[in-house]
Amino acid sequence: MGLMSRTSAVIKAWYSKLLDRAEDPATTLDYSYERQLELLQNVKKGIADVVTAKKRLELQTKKLETELPKLDEQARQALAADREDLARAALERKAYAQQQLQSLDQQIDDLAAQQEKLTDSEKRLSAKVEAFRTQKETIKAQYSAAEAQVKIGEAATGIGEEMADTGLAIQRAQDKTEQMQARAAAVDELVDSGTLEDYTSSGSALDRELTQLSAKNQVDADIERLKGELAAGGQPKELEKETK
Amino acid sequence: MIVRVMGEGQYRLEGDAVGRLNELDDRAQEALDRDDEGELDRYLDEMASLVRRDGERLPDDDLSVSDAIVPPNDMTLQEAKMFFSEEGLIPDVLQ
Repeated sequence: MGLMSRTSAVIKAWYSKLLDRAEDPATTLDYSYERQLELLQNVKKGIADVVTAKKRLELQTKKLETELPKLDEQARQALAADREDLARAALERKAYAQQQLQSLDQQIDDLAAQQEKLTDSEKRLSAKVEAFRTQKETIKAQYSAAEAQVKIGEAATGIGEEMADTGLAIQRAQDKTEQMQARAAAVDELVDSGTLEDYTSSGSALDRELTQLSAKNQVDADIERLKGELAAGGQPKELEKETK
Repeated sequence: MIVRVMGEGQYRLEGDAVGRLNELDDRAQEALDRDDEGELDRYLDEMASLVRRDGERLPDDDLSVSDAIVPPNDMTLQEAKMFFSEEGLIPDVLQ
C-alpha cells in the first residue's frame, strides 16, 4: 500500500467518525452542513491568529532595528573615551541583535506562507460549502428516501475530504503559530528579565557605565577648573552658574 | 481518475501520468519506511508537481470524491509518522 491509499484511509476514517455523530441518517446533511460552517469559522480564526503572531514578530523586529544605531553610537562613545572593553560589549550586543533579526525575518516569512495557505483553504472550503448547501436542498426535495441515502453519502464524502484537508491545514498553522508565539514570548521575557536589557532598554548597564564614565570625566574637568580658579584667586559666583 | 493534492485542491488525471504517479507513490512509501526525510520530500514534491502539470484542475465547488489523495508535500518525517499513526494528525477541530 502506497502513501496515497494510506492518506485516503486516514481521511475517510476522519470524516466517517465525524458523520457518525449525526443522530440519524436523515439529519446527516444538516449535521454535516453545521460542522462545515463551524470549520469555516475555525479557518477564519486560524488566519486571524497567524496575522496576530506575524504582527508581534514584526513589532519585535522594529524594536531590535532601532537598537542597532544606538549600540553603534554607544560603541563610538566608549572608544572615544578610550574604553575598548565597553565598545566591544556594545558591538557584541549589536551582533546578537542582528542574529535575532535574521531569525525573525525567517519566521515572519514562514507565517506569511501559513497565512496564504489558510486563505486558499478558506476559499476552497467556502466554494464547496455553498455547493453542498444547494445540493442538500435538491436532495431533500427531489429524491425518495432510498435514493437520497446514496446521494447524501456522495455529497457528504465529497465535502468530508475538503473538511479533513482544511482541518489539517488549520492544525499545522496553529502549531507553527504556537511555536513562534512561544519564541516571541521567550525573547520578551529575556528583555524583561534584563538578560537582553543591556541593548533593549535605555537604562541599561552599558548606559550606566557610560553615564558614570562621563560623570567621572565631568568631575575630573570640574576639579581641574576649580583648581585653576582657586589658583587664580577664585570666583564662586561663576562656579554656581556653570554647575547650575 | 480524480486526485487530491492536500492543501491545494483536486485534479483530473488520465493516461500514463497515473502510472507514473503510482510509481512515485511507491518510492515515497519506501522513503518513509527507511526514515529518509530528504527522499520523502523529494517524492512528495514530484508527485504534487506531476499532478499539477499533467492534471486538469477541478473547480473549487466540485464535490467529487477523490480516487487518490497525495499528502501535503511539505510534510516532515515526524508529521508523516503522526499522520499515519493511530492518533492521527488531523485534529478534531469540530469538538
